[in-house]
Amino acid sequence: MSDKIWRLPLHAIAHGRAGDKGNVSNISVIAYDEAGYVFIAESVTETAVMGVFLHVGATSVARYLLPNLKAMNFVIPGVLDGGVNESRNVDRHGKNLSYLLLSRLMLDIPDKLLAQDSPYRTPEIAAQYSR
Amino acid sequence: MKKTCFKRQEKRKSVSKIVHIGNGAGFSGDRFDAAQALVQHLKSCDGPRYLMFEVLAERTIASAQRAKAANPDAGFSPYLDHYVNDILADIQQAGITLISNLGAANPEAAARRIHELAAEQGLKPFKIAVLTGDDVREYLDDDALLAAETMEGTSLAGRTICSANVYLGGRHVAAALATGADIVLVGRTTDSALVLGPLIHEFGWAEDELDKLASGTICGHLLECGGQVSGTYFADPGFKDVPDLAHAGFPVTEVTADGSFVITKPDATGGLISPATVTEQLLYEMHDPSRYLVPDVTADVTQMTITQEASNRIRVAGVKGSSPPETLKITVCVEGGWLAEAEMSYSGANGLARAELAGDIVKTRMAESGCNQEIRMDVFGAYSVLDGGILTDERRASLRFDDDYRLRLSLVSERRATAQKLFDELQSLYCSGPAAGGGFRGSVTEQMSSASVLMPRDVIEPHVSISDVPAG
Repeated sequence: MSDKIWRLPLHAIAHGRAGDKGNVSNISVIAYDEAGYVFIAESVTETAVMGVFLHVGATSVARYLLPNLKAMNFVIPGVLDGGVNESRNVDRHGKNLSYLLLSRLMLDIPDKLLAQDSPYRTPEIAAQYSR
Repeated sequence: MKKTCFKRQEKRKSVSKIVHIGNGAGFSGDRFDAAQALVQHLKSCDGPRYLMFEVLAERTIASAQRAKAANPDAGFSPYLDHYVNDILADIQQAGITLISNLGAANPEAAARRIHELAAEQGLKPFKIAVLTGDDVREYLDDDALLAAETMEGTSLAGRTICSANVYLGGRHVAAALATGADIVLVGRTTDSALVLGPLIHEFGWAEDELDKLASGTICGHLLECGGQVSGTYFADPGFKDVPDLAHAGFPVTEVTADGSFVITKPDATGGLISPATVTEQLLYEMHDPSRYLVPDVTADVTQMTITQEASNRIRVAGVKGSSPPETLKITVCVEGGWLAEAEMSYSGANGLARAELAGDIVKTRMAESGCNQEIRMDVFGAYSVLDGGILTDERRASLRFDDDYRLRLSLVSERRATAQKLFDELQSLYCSGPAAGGGFRGSVTEQMSSASVLMPRDVIEPHVSISDVPAG
């Protein structure tokens, strides 16, 4: 345990899945533990998520909190190039979009929130995120 | 082993009925053999037992409708034989009820096929009930559908309809079960209705028992994607590890009369059922978690609890229900033009620049030929699924000069010739483009667009029939 702050993507402390309905993607973000949930409920805001999805056409972001389940649900219209039947994206459902959110939303994560066995602690991965 | 003992003890203590439902498929094309372990598991359980296959995506029904128009014996899942042939003898012998939307646009023809398979195996004839009436074009004009307000999806004005199906609910499925059928084949229902239907049938839940209906709906929602609740579509090595994913067990639920339920899986299978797998699947394709709408109820999962009872055994409770929506959802599929996709690889030193040059050449020639359709450009290895066909400066700066890049161009056009032109132009770069382009692949495929519209409940005419057993 240290005072270190890690600059890492949301993926380091949460997981999730993307679903599609029409041109709307919904993405769950689920913390691995209670402390992680408190942290992401604070930091993974609608505004922060909008920043990640603006370039793929997001028109709005709605966030729903499920503290019972250490989870949040984001509903993001506009990001599926018209939806599964219209899209020219090779991933027409936007199945990968959960990893867009998990990978591109960068957070300042206190050391105590990063699992001791997290692959992000390995030098190979840590080097890719060191500035 | 633990699971079976648990169930038997509970049964003795409470004497209340436990309904067991396993799901052997989560989409058309899901693993064909997953139901085998479920059937063996269900055979060891006491009480009413059901096996379901959920294989009907939104647009599957439109292409099935076309197949049916061309041939009255077609229009059901092309995989029907793969899913059911190996389990028919076991479910008959054990008295397991089969429920599925394998029938797609033509459940009657699917029933005839199952009768044939049963006869080939020398089995007794099954009593097969068919739930239809989901095809609203049987009783609604196309004009009424085209004039309806679009809730989501493409605009319908002036389009050509391929199919229009209303999502029927659990109570409609329960009506089909009330015939005493061994097998129930449905057209379009909500996926969760394949679970809620048996629960309404077994427990006699009334229309105002909203918490129970909501719990049964969420149970169905968790089960409907097959392994997605039991460890498939979850693994992220080093972060979320799943044992023996190659042999993942598909889910089975144990539901009690109060609506609370357990999600588990057969013994000696791979996969994982944990709070994390259940939570991911709970929120899959869900918008407002306090208002999950199905024809039978509006479900609220914000107070839901997920409790790990044992390894690969999760109990769910606390789902709340309120009145169902006043309208029902109809998916309307219309002709959607042609999608062209074409790819070529440019790898090694300066590969990205060569790929981008190739894309620019094709765009130039398409524009000169009068194509004003927007062409989407992706370069696999640089920007594709996550970046909407746009390479940002920040992303560009992070790329290697000598990596393995693959250009992909795509467009959707109402005209087949325009789509074909994109294919042809990229293919021509084998000889006429930048250095060392190789591995061209491409396709031009007909598209179907869809939209959801809402209709009042009283326009819907669902009906149940019993499929005749062929003579001889």
